[in-house]
Order: sequence, then C-alpha cells, then structure tokens
Amino acid sequence: MSIRSSQEPAPAGGDGTQDTAQDTAQDTARETGPDTGQPAAQDAPATIRLEISRYRPERDEKPVFESFDVPMRDDWAVLDGLNHVKDRLDGTLTFRWSCRMGVCGSCGMNVNGKPRLTCGTFLTEFGAGPVRIEPLKGFPVIRDLVVEIDDFLAKLSHVRPWLIREGEELPLTAEYAQTPEQLEAYKQYSMCINCMLCYSACPVYVLNPDFLGPAAIALAQRYNLDSRDQGDRLDLLGGDEGVWGCTFVGECTRVCPKHVDPAEAIQRYKVTAAMRSVLPWSRR
Amino acid sequence: MTAAGAYRPPRDRLWFLRSRSYALFVARELTSLFVAWTVAYLLLLVAAVTGGTLQEFAALAARPWMIALNVLALAATAFHAVTFLNLAPKATVVRLDGWRVPAFMIQGGNHTAWLLVSAVLAWAVLR
Repeated sequence: MSIRSSQEPAPAGGDGTQDTAQDTAQDTARETGPDTGQPAAQDAPATIRLEISRYRPERDEKPVFESFDVPMRDDWAVLDGLNHVKDRLDGTLTFRWSCRMGVCGSCGMNVNGKPRLTCGTFLTEFGAGPVRIEPLKGFPVIRDLVVEIDDFLAKLSHVRPWLIREGEELPLTAEYAQTPEQLEAYKQYSMCINCMLCYSACPVYVLNPDFLGPAAIALAQRYNLDSRDQGDRLDLLGGDEGVWGCTFVGECTRVCPKHVDPAEAIQRYKVTAAMRSVLPWSRR
Repeated sequence: MTAAGAYRPPRDRLWFLRSRSYALFVARELTSLFVAWTVAYLLLLVAAVTGGTLQEFAALAARPWMIALNVLALAATAFHAVTFLNLAPKATVVRLDGWRVPAFMIQGGNHTAWLLVSAVLAWAVLR
C-alpha cells in the first residue's frame, strides 16, 4: 500500500456523520487564548495522525493509506477521529457506525493491526500515534473501511438460531419458565453483538472462508444450551467446516468486546460431537 | 457472492508471524511432531526390551545427537503438555451443584495429576 497525506479540508457529506456545536466550541477554545481571543501558540491543539486505508473501486486497484491529523482529546475514541475526518477533512471517507456505545457492533475495524470496536478504542491508547485503521481482515472490502458482510449473515442464519420445539407449531405461544441456573448456562453466548471481530481475528476463517466461524458456532451453542430448545444442530456443526475446522487459536475470545467466549463454545461442542459419535443415541 | 468491485486481499503466507498468540499457536502445533517422536522412541524402547536388543538400543540412545534430540523433544513435549492442559477448561465446563468450577482449579488439577503420574512412573522405573 502507498501512503498519501491530507490535512486540507474537503467538503463534508454523506451519511453516518455527526458533528456537534460542542466540538466546534472546544476547537475554538483550544485554538485561541482564554481572554484575548488571540491564537495561543504554546497551547496549540495536540493532534494525532490517523493512517486510514482507502479503497475506492472506481479508481483504486487495491487499498492505499491516507494520513489525516485529527485533534487529540482524552475523551475521543478512534470513531470520533474518523467522524472528524469525514466532517472536516474528507467527506468521501466511508465507514460503518451507529450507536457509539459498544452495542450495535457496526464500527469494528482493524486498529493498529488488531480487530477493535472503534467506538470503544480511545486515541489516548496510542500515545503520539500514528493510528493505522484498516477494514476488518478476512472480508472483501467494498469501499474504504466498509466490508461485505453477506457471508457472515448467511452463516448466522445457517445454524438455525431460534428455539426449536418438537411437535409444536410456529409461532410458539406457550411460556417456558427457566431457573437462573438454566439461564446462566447459555447467557454469555447471548451477549454477542455480531461485530465480526472474532472472524477477523480467526486465522482459520481468514484462510478458509467456508469455516462456519466463531460467532455462528457460539450462537448455535446459545440455543443448544437453552433448556427450552429441543433442536439438533449436529448436522450443521459437526462437519469439517463446523467445529472440527477450528484449530483452537483462541484469538476469537481475546478480541471479543462483550466477553463472549466463542473458543469455549467450539471446544465444548467438539466434546458433544465426539460423544455423539461414540453414543449416537445421546442428545446434545 | 462477492459484490462487484469488492477487493479481496491476497492470502497472507506469514500470518502466524503477525501476532504473539498466532506464533504461540503454531509453536504448540509444531511441538506435536516431538510428541509423536517421543511416542515412537518409547515404542522402540519397549520393542528393544521385549526383543532382547536393549544393549544396541542403549548404545544408540547414548550417542550425542540422540541425546540432543531427546533433550529437545523433552522440552517441546513439556511445552505442548503445559499449553494443552491449560486449554482444557475451555472444553470442560464442570459444574458442582450449579457452581462453575473456575478454570484455574481445572488447570491446577490437571497439572497436579500430571505430576503425580510422572512421579509414580519415575518411582517404578528408578527404584
């Protein structure tokens, strides 16, 4: 990748941007002295350089890096820096985001080589910088920092992620009470926000996109371990592209921002699948 | 199906050098070769004992390159065993009356059992 540099303002535009009067007021306060209104050179705003991967299919054969200097603030996450670039410096920069609070899972990107939620990764973590921001590894890049997620969504729905009841017609109308212990058995797997960081961290998925992957298998286990579910997902999970494709690197668990443990889900289902092969009449 | 114009990065052949955890994983996998060698070596020893060729086997085992190989195999096998036992709680979730046994207790139990079995074997061989 080549590197281009840009600090000149460009027209802002497009969706997915937020700019606030507070930002402008803070910029003004930092750029002028408190009483005189004159520029305070010694208090020049600290900046940090973002090296952002750009890919515009109509003009780039492959991604290139462009550098932008953004204000360095204690309370700014990487996502705030990206929004600053889009609002003030280059409105064509394209990336996904929504909630800004680690819930929606939209803003996952590779930050200095590691898959992170950019809304929960603060600029202060990187000292003087620079901060290198790339799209999530393992996925085709549509534009700039936006990756294609169709394959991921297909994998999620492939594992039948709903309560399966034998002999009951949909939609289910009965109420099935659970004890706290029964809830605890699967609760951690239900915390997944589908941010895809685990896929980007998984070398198996990056090398072999047919691998079902950590989040989908953890989602399947969320239902397998649910006392209300009566389904059998061995045909989906027991193959080479299922749990047996996992070589247990464990990086999926380390990068998960919601403390789900996909590696555990996969290893536990390996035990289940092995037991099923020895005791075919056993269930789950 | 990939969207038209989407960029798919080429395969990274040095992916295992990109992070410490990847490198550790590959090291753990590669040490499997030494585990296999250790098993083969023990089978050769058993065959020598039962076949009456222990003298020849002992002479082979005393050669410097064989000693060096087995020292390396011991270190690699120990590394493989420690990392393998440390990963065991991921596959084995133990609950006692609803209380989930913490990972460190499962790991500690595994290592303790490993040391006890090794001690018993050492006692049986060296006494």
